[in-house]
Amino acid sequence: MGFAGGIWSETGSRRPGCSGESPGVPVKDRPDRWAGPSFEDRMATVEFRVGARAHIVVDSDVCRSCTTKACVTACPANLFAPTSDGGILFNYEQCFECGTCYLVCNSEGAIEWSYPDGGEGVVFRHG
Amino acid sequence: MAHIPSPESFDAVVVGAGPAGSAAALALARAGRSVVVVERGPFPGSKNVYGGVVYARVLDDVIPNWWEQVPVQRWVVRRSTMVMTGSQALTVDIRTQAWGQPPYNGMTVYRADFDSWLADQAVEAGASLVTSTVATGLLRDGTGCVTGVRTDRPGGDLTAKLVIACDGVNSFLAKEAGLLPKAEAAHHTLGVKEVLALPADVIEDRFGLAPGEGLDIEMIGCTRGIPGGGFLYTNRDTVNVGVVVSVAGLAGSGIRPEDLIADLKEHPAVAPWLRGATVKEYSAHLIPEGGYDAMPALAADGFLVAGDAAGMTLAAGIWLEGVNFAIGAGLAAGEAASAAIARGDVSAGGLAGYRKSLEAGFVLQDHKRLRGAPHLVLSDRMQRQYTHLICDLAEQVFTVTNPQPKPGIIKLLRRTARRHGIRWRDLVRDGIETARVFR
Repeated sequence: MGFAGGIWSETGSRRPGCSGESPGVPVKDRPDRWAGPSFEDRMATVEFRVGARAHIVVDSDVCRSCTTKACVTACPANLFAPTSDGGILFNYEQCFECGTCYLVCNSEGAIEWSYPDGGEGVVFRHG
Repeated sequence: MAHIPSPESFDAVVVGAGPAGSAAALALARAGRSVVVVERGPFPGSKNVYGGVVYARVLDDVIPNWWEQVPVQRWVVRRSTMVMTGSQALTVDIRTQAWGQPPYNGMTVYRADFDSWLADQAVEAGASLVTSTVATGLLRDGTGCVTGVRTDRPGGDLTAKLVIACDGVNSFLAKEAGLLPKAEAAHHTLGVKEVLALPADVIEDRFGLAPGEGLDIEMIGCTRGIPGGGFLYTNRDTVNVGVVVSVAGLAGSGIRPEDLIADLKEHPAVAPWLRGATVKEYSAHLIPEGGYDAMPALAADGFLVAGDAAGMTLAAGIWLEGVNFAIGAGLAAGEAASAAIARGDVSAGGLAGYRKSLEAGFVLQDHKRLRGAPHLVLSDRMQRQYTHLICDLAEQVFTVTNPQPKPGIIKLLRRTARRHGIRWRDLVRDGIETARVFR
């Protein structure tokens, strides 16, 4: 079954796999080797008006049969994390609303993606 | 806006207040039609990201002297193309002062400012703008003709004689209308970019610009072999750096998008430009790069599609344009819609003037002429082998090997091609193909 988003924010972490309550394996820690911000700081530059409704829904049962899990690396906001049982844990709150996740998903119906409700979601100031 | 404006039914509903939608609404309003624009963001441009330059010649007849009021960042007077490998860069750079004075050529903008400005033009002409509202689906009559949109406001159905979908690259309305496939990674690229803050005078010093002048650089060979490219362009007090990569290629690579930006920022040809810059905003957006052959049908009964929703971004290697195509298509859609309403025939046949108009102008003529370009530019040889060939060849031409005499350029080319496993017949064939595509 899909997880509703927002579960990482309960533990104060925005990074997939960092939550102590997460059943998932940690996402490989990328060394921040460039003279730039950490991923968290990078995401903190973006304004998000987080809505109550998750506009991404993932059916982890479908994900368990997925061999690529391309959403995990392709999502520019790093919102998807593999879990130890082969599923996908996700967060909708810091979504750029680009649509990459459902385009790279190779199983019909694993990622249901729609727009956040009107006025909610990402607000680009310098796009 | 707090409420859906009256009247209850409009001549046209336009979905999306990006360049296509605002242009369509502007054309309709000027023709005396009642039109409402539904925008899902809190303000026009809030969901939009682009890769650097707006070419607004298309506005000359629509908003005379638009350059006197447009919210510009910098006027682009330098345009560079960089062919790169991990440690090399060959740059072709054109600078002309003609682009720095009226009527100008290209400008850098923030989409939040530019899209809001263009939407204001439509509102001033009489269009209604409703922000923070998602068009969640199409309304149809018994024959299937589109008659409006459902919105996510309570009781928020908007009925009209027709709907113009300018709802962007993911266009759920064009998908619902059956014009676009639900998910097609092959014809899309992902753009990711960082907006990096630097003082205006530092930008001008580093890039050889006078105040108000801007630079746009397009790059190839900087995406670890994933089909795509990079870009860098200047705003007043920010430098924007990013990459655009094939969605399918990215997915297959296992590489994270922000790591590609990090690579680019670390490149020896780029890093010195960015020293001391801090990230002001990080963003990502899909781009429809399939070109002419991937475009959907542009009309259905009571329904038109324009801009990114119709895959109208031109990604032809040396030409990378989108906002101007969206404006051109939006204007044509608005005019064709108005004419169809006047004739009382909003069927797909009655709206056929839209496509005819695009075929008579730059939108479809450029796309048709350059239909082979997206495939050619993103091809493996172009992306991986020729970048190395070009940089190595240039390096050897200008490396003095005394006491050996100069070997001759043809000999160098042959030697370099061999080293990179490039066959002459491929080189010749690709040269002919390039000439054919860009003829």
